[in-house]
Amino acid sequence: MNDMNMEKKGEAQAAAQPQAAQPKAAPAAAPAAARPAAAAPAQPAKNQIEPECVAPEALRERMETLKNKEGYDFLENLTGFDWEADGLGVVYQLASTADPSRRVNLKTLTTDRENPYLPSVADLWDIANIYEREVYDFFGIRFTGHPDMRRIFMREDWVGYPMRKDDETEKNNPLRMTPEPLSDFTETYTLQSDGTVTKSQRRLFEEDEYVVNIGPQHPSTHGVLHFRVSLEGEKIKKIDPVLGYIHRGVEKISEKMTYPQTLALTDRLDYLGAMQNRHALCMCIEQAMGVEVSDRVKVIRTIMDELQRIDSHILFFSCLCQDLGATTAFLYGFRDREQILDIFEETCGGRLILNYNTIGGVMADIHPNFQKRVKAFIPYMRKNIKEYHDIFTGNVIFQNRAKGVGVLTKEQCISFGCTGGTGRAAGWHNDVRKLRPYAAYDRVQFNEVVRSEGDSFARYMIRLDEILESLNIIEQLIDNIPEGNFQEKMKPIIKVPEGLYYSAVEGSRGEFGVLLESKGDKSPYRLHYRSTGLPLVAVMDTACRDNMIADLITIGGTVDYVVPDIDR
Amino acid sequence: MFNFDIVTTWLHNLLTGTLGLPEWGAILTESILVALAIITIYAVFAIVLIYMERKVCAAFQCRLGPMRVGPWGTLQVFSDVFKMLTKEIINLRQTDLFLHNLAPFLVVTASMVTFACLPWNAGAHILDFNVGVFFFLAISSIGVVGILLAGWSSNNKYSLIGAMRSGAQIISYELSIGMTMLTMICLTGTMQFSEICADQAVNGWNIFRGHLPAVLAFIIYLVAGNAECNRGPFDLPESESELTAGYHTEYSGMHFGYYYLAEYLNLFICAGMASTIFLGGWAPLHIAGLEGFNGVMDAVPGFVWFLGKTFFVVFLLMWLRWTFPRLRIDQILSLEWKYLVPISMVNLVLMALVVSMGWHF
Repeated sequence: MNDMNMEKKGEAQAAAQPQAAQPKAAPAAAPAAARPAAAAPAQPAKNQIEPECVAPEALRERMETLKNKEGYDFLENLTGFDWEADGLGVVYQLASTADPSRRVNLKTLTTDRENPYLPSVADLWDIANIYEREVYDFFGIRFTGHPDMRRIFMREDWVGYPMRKDDETEKNNPLRMTPEPLSDFTETYTLQSDGTVTKSQRRLFEEDEYVVNIGPQHPSTHGVLHFRVSLEGEKIKKIDPVLGYIHRGVEKISEKMTYPQTLALTDRLDYLGAMQNRHALCMCIEQAMGVEVSDRVKVIRTIMDELQRIDSHILFFSCLCQDLGATTAFLYGFRDREQILDIFEETCGGRLILNYNTIGGVMADIHPNFQKRVKAFIPYMRKNIKEYHDIFTGNVIFQNRAKGVGVLTKEQCISFGCTGGTGRAAGWHNDVRKLRPYAAYDRVQFNEVVRSEGDSFARYMIRLDEILESLNIIEQLIDNIPEGNFQEKMKPIIKVPEGLYYSAVEGSRGEFGVLLESKGDKSPYRLHYRSTGLPLVAVMDTACRDNMIADLITIGGTVDYVVPDIDR
Repeated sequence: MFNFDIVTTWLHNLLTGTLGLPEWGAILTESILVALAIITIYAVFAIVLIYMERKVCAAFQCRLGPMRVGPWGTLQVFSDVFKMLTKEIINLRQTDLFLHNLAPFLVVTASMVTFACLPWNAGAHILDFNVGVFFFLAISSIGVVGILLAGWSSNNKYSLIGAMRSGAQIISYELSIGMTMLTMICLTGTMQFSEICADQAVNGWNIFRGHLPAVLAFIIYLVAGNAECNRGPFDLPESESELTAGYHTEYSGMHFGYYYLAEYLNLFICAGMASTIFLGGWAPLHIAGLEGFNGVMDAVPGFVWFLGKTFFVVFLLMWLRWTFPRLRIDQILSLEWKYLVPISMVNLVLMALVVSMGWHF
C-alpha cells in the first residue's frame, strides 16, 4: 500500500508540470543548417529534449495509444534515472518509422526508493525487455508485468544498485572469490487490481534440457559474450544471453569525470566505431553548449567516420569468413584493414583507440599525407571488394549457409530496435545520416543501402555495399576539405547548461546515441549511451530459434555485434 | 625399372644365410625393422606435411608462413613437435579416464595400419593381401571409434557434439569411398594394391583407362576422402568457430599430438590411395608410341612417382581446404546421401558396363 501512496505523489508532481504535457518532436530533427549560433544561449539547444511526464498509473494506457494508435513503433531508447529527491524514473524516447520526423519523449517516475515499481512496456516493444532489465539492474526499479526480471550485467548475488546516486557499491560488494551464480529461474512481478505487487517464479531451462554454454570464452562470440543455448540435437530451442562479463560501468564512471575526460571512454565502447562514438558525445556536448564547429572540422569528422565504417565493415567481412571456416578470406580482409589503420595512425597516433574528436573540434589537424593516402586507398578498396565477392560471396557453400538463414522481418527489426545494417537488410530505412543529417552529410550524395530479404545474406551484402557508399562519400569530400580552425577555442572548464540532451550518429552497426543530463556542472549528471549492439544481442533468440548451431554462428556474425558496446 | 624386391631378398638372404638365423628369426627381425621404418617414416611425413600445409596456406593467404626458426622456417615444425612432447597430459576429473586415454591410440593405430597398406614401389609394400582394398576400408573405420570414444569420455558437451557429427559424417562418407573403390576394382579386377599398381604399369593409369566413370569416381573420391579426413570444408567435427575444437577439446600434450598426427597422415593416406587407385601408384607415365619418352619416365624410380602423385593430390586437398568455407551438418549429410551416393551407384553400373563391353582403353 505504501507503494501506492508514493506513486500518487509522483502523479501530483506530474500534474505540477503542465507545460511539459504535450509530446514534443525532438529539435534534433531539424536540418543541420538551422543550427543556432553560439551566441544565442536564450534559445533551447538544438538537441535538448523535454520529456512529457506521465504518472506510472497512466503510463500503460498512454504507451498503448502511442504504439497502437499513433504509430510510434520504434522505442529508440529507454533510460533509467536517479533524480535523488525527485525519485527514480525512466525516460522513454519513441519514434515513428513511417514518419521519422515524429518523435516523442516521455518520462515516468516513482519516489519510493525502497521498493520502486513501474509498469513494464516489454509487451509493446520487444527491446524494452532487455532495456528494462538494465534499468532494474542499475536502479532497482522493478517493472510489473515484465516476463523476465533478472539482473543482466551485474552478478546475480550483487548487493545494491550501482547507478543510484546513494549506492555504496564498494562497501557492499567486496571482491568475491566464489564462482558467479547463474540461476535457472526468473521472476515476474504482477500488479494486482488492489494495488499490491505479487511475485512469481518461472523456470528458464528445464532439468533435462541439453544446455550448452557458448561463451564467455568462445571463438565466434566476438568478445566475452555468453549464450546459454538449449539444444535438441543440433537444433536450437532457446537462447538466453548472459551479459556483463566486461561491464566497466562507463556511464557511472562518467558521472565523476569532467566532460573532456568522459571522451576517453567512448573509444572503448564499440572499438570498431571509436570515431563515431566520440563524434556523438562531442556533438551532444557542443550542441548543448551552443558551440558551432568549423566546416573543416565537420568535413574531417565525416571522412573519419566513414573510414571507421569501412574499417568496421572489413572486419565484419573478415570475422564472418573466419567464423564460417574460410580462413583465407579472413586474411584478405585484414590485409586491407591495415591500410585504414595506417591512415588513422598518421593523423591520430592511434590505431584502435583513436582519441581524435574533442569538444569543439578535433585533437590535431590532418597529417600532410592524409589526403594523398586516402585518395590512393579509394581505388585500391574498390578493386579489393571485387576480390571479396570472388572468393567468398559467390561461393556456393556460403550462399547455402546464409540465404534464408536467420530471417528477421522489418517489424521484428523495428520492435527490437535493430538499427544499422541489420535493420536495413530487412527494409527499414533507419540511417541517421539520412534521417537527421549531421556533420557534413547534408552536402554529400550517397545512397542508403537497403534490401528486403532480412536474411544473413542480405545483412552481409548490405555491409559490403556500404563500404562502396562510404568510399563515395569520402571521394566527394577528400578534395574539398575547407580551410578553417581544426578546433574551437573552448573555456578551460567546460560546463553544459542544465537540461536533457540527446544526439545520435550513425555508428558502424546502427544508431549510436548519447543521452546527457546536465545540472550545469562540470561533469554530467547522467550520461547514457544508446548501445548499437544491445538490440542485436536481444534479437538473437528470435533469429536463431529452430536453426542449427552452425547457423547461430552465421547469424551472430551477420548481425555484427561488438561486446564492449553491449557491456558498457 | 627399380624393383624393391632386390633389397628385401638381399636382406632376407643376409639374415638367413650370412647370419644363420632360422626362418622365423629372420622374419621376426624383418618385421621389427619394417615396423621401425614405418613409424619413422610416419613421423617424418607428419612433419613434412605440417610444414607444407603451413607454407601452402600462407601462399594462399598472401603471407609467408613460418620464417623465423631455421632457414625459411624449416625447423619450426620440429620445435612445435618438441613443444608438444614436453607438454603435460592433463587428466580431467569426472571423465572416463581409461577410454579417454585409449581413444587417441585407436585413432593413431588405425592411421598407422592404413599407412602400412600403401604400395611405395614395385616390391615395396608392407601389408599386401588379395583383399587389400577391403582390409584398408575395414581398418580405416577404427579411427571413427577413437573419435567417438574421445567425445564420449571427455565429459564435455562440445566434444560430444563434435564426436556425434564426426560419427555421422565418417560413416556416411565411407559409403562413397567404398563405392568409388569398387568402381575401380571393377576395372582392375583385383583387390590387391600391388597388383592394382602393376596392372596400371602395363595397361596405363586407371584414370585414363576408365575415362569418364574413372574421372567421376576420382572426383567423388576426393570429396569423400576429404570428408573422411575431417578436413575443411568438412571439418565440422572440430569446427573451431562452433565447437572450439570438437572431439579433442579436452586433450592436451601428446594425446592431442596423436590426433594432430593422425589428421595429417590421414590426409597423406587419402591422397596416397587416390594415387594408387586412380593415378597408377608407382607406375610411371607412359604415352603409347613415344618410346624415348617412356624410357626416360621409366628411369625415375617408382617411389618418386608415388610420392610425386601423392603430394600433388595433397596439394589439391589443401587448395580446397583453404578456399572453401565450412558446410553445415545437414548440408554435409544431404551432399552425401542425396548426391554422392546415387551418383557413385550409377557410376558403378556405368563402369561395369564399360568393362563388360570392353569400352575402356
